[in-house]
Amino acid sequence: MKRVYVNEEWCLGCHLCEYYCAFAQTNENDIARALKDKVIKPGIRVEEHNGICFAVSCRHCEEPLCAKSCITGALTVVSGIVSVDTEKCIGCYTCILNCPYGAISPSEKGAILKCQLCSDNTHGSPACVKGCPNKAIVFEERGL
Amino acid sequence: MHRKYVIIGNSAAAVGAVEAIRRNDRNGSIVIFSKESQSTYSRPLISYYNQGKVGRESIYFRPDDFYEKNDCDFRPGTSVFKIDIHSCTITTDSGSDEKYDRLLIATGSEPVVPPFPGLDTVSNVRTYTSFDDALALEELISSGLSRVLIVGAGLIGLKCAEGISKKADVTCVDLSDKVLSSILDDVSSDLISDHIRSNGIKLVLGNAVKAFSGNKAELADGSRIDFDVLVIASGVRPCASLFKNAGGLTGKGIIIDDHCRTSAENVFAAGDCVESVDMSTGKYKVMALLPNAYMQGECAGSNMSDTECVFNKAIPMNALTLFGLHILTTGSYTGEVSDDSEGNDIRRFYHSDNRLNGYILINNIDKAGIYTSMIRDRVPLDTIDFGLVRKAPGLMAFGRVYRDKTLGGKS
Ligand SMILES: Cc1cc2nc3c(=O)[nH]c(=O)nc-3n(C[C@H](O)[C@H](O)[C@H](O)COP(=O)(O)OP(=O)(O)OC[C@H]3O[C@@H](n4cnc5c(N)ncnc54)[C@H](O)[C@@H]3O)c2cc1C
Repeated sequence: MKRVYVNEEWCLGCHLCEYYCAFAQTNENDIARALKDKVIKPGIRVEEHNGICFAVSCRHCEEPLCAKSCITGALTVVSGIVSVDTEKCIGCYTCILNCPYGAISPSEKGAILKCQLCSDNTHGSPACVKGCPNKAIVFEERGL
Repeated sequence: MHRKYVIIGNSAAAVGAVEAIRRNDRNGSIVIFSKESQSTYSRPLISYYNQGKVGRESIYFRPDDFYEKNDCDFRPGTSVFKIDIHSCTITTDSGSDEKYDRLLIATGSEPVVPPFPGLDTVSNVRTYTSFDDALALEELISSGLSRVLIVGAGLIGLKCAEGISKKADVTCVDLSDKVLSSILDDVSSDLISDHIRSNGIKLVLGNAVKAFSGNKAELADGSRIDFDVLVIASGVRPCASLFKNAGGLTGKGIIIDDHCRTSAENVFAAGDCVESVDMSTGKYKVMALLPNAYMQGECAGSNMSDTECVFNKAIPMNALTLFGLHILTTGSYTGEVSDDSEGNDIRRFYHSDNRLNGYILINNIDKAGIYTSMIRDRVPLDTIDFGLVRKAPGLMAFGRVYRDKTLGGKS
């Protein structure tokens, strides 16, 4: 399955991936208009410390602890993609308690927010990767 | 070979088992017995139902077609009354027998009701562990019985209090002087009690109910509380008696190994009814929580259908929200504590021998799973930047090799 992989040495820390992710979630056409004056809530998040930076998003684990731990049944694996039914999710955060990568976060609406490889919006494939200026994240099949 | 799987119980552990069995064996038959009449539902959602946050149709743990898709013969409203581990037969309360090739006991837990003097004189008594309990409580309250006394300020008692707080006048009594005494340490529980009180719940702590006379509770300090409805939330215990009576090995719960096998051949057990190794301490413990139930069920189901699976990562863990306040706790509170709290943002980490044993986060719970994985994987703390990760949870603290593997997909 294709996944988002990180080339840490190429990450500029520009946070564009986060903006593209937030934009993709809006399903709008124009990034500037869609995000103007908004505090963004991206499913991919850049970590930075002492000159090191890299982006982290859901690994879509083969054995997803988040989905196995989900107390409502809102998190399921759909064609390999760990997906959340935001109607069913009550925001208990048991998945946040279990994700070893810190790749799930609370959303403003109460449900959780996570990367679904843009399978849940009009972009079709990860907008973060398309928006990355330096190939610090790539969307590839690596047979894992 | 056509194998017959029998599952007693129909909740998280049972679902985990069915899903694992069907990955390996499409042909065997699966029979599921449940005391309760509903399709599999999420037990933790009952308080959300009372609160009005989850509708009747949204309480289900799996879609409607779960049994059909997984080709299960589901027998709701049928209690299993006896197991014979020699003839590999179970008997239901209606007297019918069922043979098994592999049996899973996933009977969960049941509420503990202490023998209070005068309890039989009280009208409108409920426990709070099933959807039927939630429906009954809803009916009582909407019939105008609005003063509810809850005995027990643990997880279930407080979730119940939150669930009904908008519609009822709620008092919660506990003999412990702290709320959530089984999942919090002393320092963090005061913050929670203040928060609960500020949301209109009357908390009476460090005071035990001695007796009832009619709908009046008499407390240890001599005071009395009048109420219309009584909810007993004094804890739960594993439903292990079926197996115990069959001659199987039990302690507080059914004893299982890391393959979810019991002492009896071809009999597996999973979920709230078992006692298994808590990997944060290495000791046997009852960990009555849904993630463990599902994962043990899955492990059992896998082994029942001949695909070896080990589950040795059970730990106590709680993700709890009370009146908007998020509380995440994991592991055991042993060893030295590093406290990185600031104001109401509680961050307490327990560690010893270079390992994280447990933690408590209140309010800011971002990326907590990174700490959980440090406990689960027994990560030596001197191989990471422990000081950094405590304040700024992230993969930064783990170094490049770990990140190249987990994020970069390099082996
Ligand atoms: C109010 C409340 C809130 C909770 N909140 C949380 C939470 O936030 N997070 C969390 O992790 N956990 C929570 N829990 C705990 C969680 O619900 C349990 O850990 C989980 O349901 C355990 O699943 P299980 O499959 O082991 O058993 P159970 O859910 O207890 O189900 C047992 C099943 O066995 C059946 N059964 C029992 N005996 C027999 C018999 N003799 N014959 C036939 N059938 C039988 C019952 O009908 C039932 O279907 C909560 C529990 C309650 C009550």
